Amino acid sequence: MNTPETTSSSRYQIAENPEGGITLRIHGNMGSANAGQMIEELTALLSDYSLSSLTVDLKKVDHLDDFGTLVLVHLRKMVSNGRDGFYVVNSGDKIKELLSILHFDSLNEKISLEKKRSSGIFIRIGEATFRHIADLKYAISFIGSIVISLVHICLHPRSLRSDDTIRYMQRVGVDGLPIVALISFLMGLIMAFMSSVQLEQFGANIYVASLVSLAMTRELGPIMTAIIVAGRSGSAFAAEIGTMKISEEVDALFTMGFNPVMFLVVPKLVAAAIMVPILTLFSDIFAIMGGLLVGVFMLDLTAGAYMAQTIKTLELFDVFWGVLKGGVFGVLITWIGCFRGFQVRGGAASVGQATTSAVVSSIFLIILSDSVFSVILRYWG
Amino acid sequence: MSRKAIIRVKDLRAGYGEDIILDRVSFNVYEGEVFVILGGSGCGKSTLLKTIIGLIEPRAGKIAIDGDEVSVDDETTLQKIFRRIGVLYQGAALFGSMTIAENVALPIREYTSLPKESVDVLVKMKLGLVNLEGYENYLPSELSGGMKKRAGLARAMALNPKILFFDEPSAGLDPVTSAELDDLILYLNRSLGTTMVMVTHELQSIFAVAQRIIMLDKRAKGIIAEGNPKYLRDHSQNKFVKQFFNRQTEENGVGGKGSE
Repeated sequence: MNTPETTSSSRYQIAENPEGGITLRIHGNMGSANAGQMIEELTALLSDYSLSSLTVDLKKVDHLDDFGTLVLVHLRKMVSNGRDGFYVVNSGDKIKELLSILHFDSLNEKISLEKKRSSGIFIRIGEATFRHIADLKYAISFIGSIVISLVHICLHPRSLRSDDTIRYMQRVGVDGLPIVALISFLMGLIMAFMSSVQLEQFGANIYVASLVSLAMTRELGPIMTAIIVAGRSGSAFAAEIGTMKISEEVDALFTMGFNPVMFLVVPKLVAAAIMVPILTLFSDIFAIMGGLLVGVFMLDLTAGAYMAQTIKTLELFDVFWGVLKGGVFGVLITWIGCFRGFQVRGGAASVGQATTSAVVSSIFLIILSDSVFSVILRYWG
Repeated sequence: MSRKAIIRVKDLRAGYGEDIILDRVSFNVYEGEVFVILGGSGCGKSTLLKTIIGLIEPRAGKIAIDGDEVSVDDETTLQKIFRRIGVLYQGAALFGSMTIAENVALPIREYTSLPKESVDVLVKMKLGLVNLEGYENYLPSELSGGMKKRAGLARAMALNPKILFFDEPSAGLDPVTSAELDDLILYLNRSLGTTMVMVTHELQSIFAVAQRIIMLDKRAKGIIAEGNPKYLRDHSQNKFVKQFFNRQTEENGVGGKGSE
């Protein structure tokens, strides 16, 4: 079979067969490093020929891997007769084996690696609805088991894991105090400063003390404290329980006969319910101190006058109301944090989601319940 | 069989979402035997184990452990059952915030009224049994994989359960550590008469410890072989069973020709 016309470059030799069709000889490497380049070059080279049949001679190819196979698949696609006009010859044993492992004969150029076809919008809405209903059911049964555990604790106080409770009290309360104190102090400072700008015009400087103390004890103290606790402890609760869920520790607790809610949630809940109100009190005190600082150094008030005005404004009820809110927020933060933790399935990413969602949901619940409190106060007080 | 069936599983169906993984699975585990559930990846071995111990609710069928029916909703019975079983989880599932000794002591403190000193002595004995003396005050994160498994085993058998469940005990262990764990399992079985139910696909482990096995298959969604592992290896007519025990692939498995 002589070759009447030959085009050759260093890597490719193209010969037209007398009985029609083309023989392509490839030299050297057909691997990941040059597959892309080869496809481009061969497309350009072969575009001048009418490819009714193509024979690829691999005699001089010393390495071929799956990237090289891709080149062959591409060449096969260029042949107008499709598979019937495409031959691979002189391939060594190694290459033959590789091609058979890769199922070269049945390999298509276009394979869709599409994921499962996403279902229609109605199906997705339906599925999401079912998922949320299941979530809601779980949330309600979770509240139920917390209530049962709390009742059980009230009846048998010794079944409370006191060591854990004290440890969580330290983490939520003692460890959180510096940041709560600092932020509240600054809040008091800012509020006093901002209000003084307005009140000074009327010579009503003394009412700065009223404004700061009332706003902080009733509203901002509990809310700021709760938001800090949500960020510090709510997230930690979710991450802790979520990690335990993944490493089967929750299962282990269950099969050892412990009630996971009693074991993991109740100590946190008790700790938060005690510590968040105390933190709220501290927050009030530090905010008033912040206001006092502005009052004394910028508004020419005496410390005594400022404190007298504060005490005159505040009723015991205001302080109590704020502290009560703090307790409710603490319970909500723990509940949602633990709930998200128990919802963790699968792997590390799920723990991250649970943590994020614990913080976001707690802040939402804090604000929501605060508005409920305001409504209650409005119609009751 | 004169021995008493301690676990009875009848017509069990289990699955997640729309996928049914196991269907119509029935078998018994007899008192005092080392029973192994095996099969290829994804065939539902762990699911079966978790269903038996009441962590997953079965779709259908009945499970009874030591005469009590396992039901996810019946917590009182579950509590009774949990007192009689111990479970060694895949990653040992030790509580990370507690030391090894506290982990082992936890169930003992909860369910017995022993004074603190006696609990400590008992914990030391349990840890001695699994060759972990001197590690009482280590945290789980300070131990190697094999040591964690052994500590998990010590905790699982803290209350001398009648049945011990193992979820892939040799997963992630080197051959020597894994063989040590096998020896320990056999020793406990001999000395305490504990029934062992194990999920694994480590061949050497299976031949070393198993007295009876069931093999699950993904396609069959159930049991395809039951009996002594060595006998099954040499005499089974089932293609997959032969492939499994002889470590062969589908294509060049000798067992694939002319069998079934």
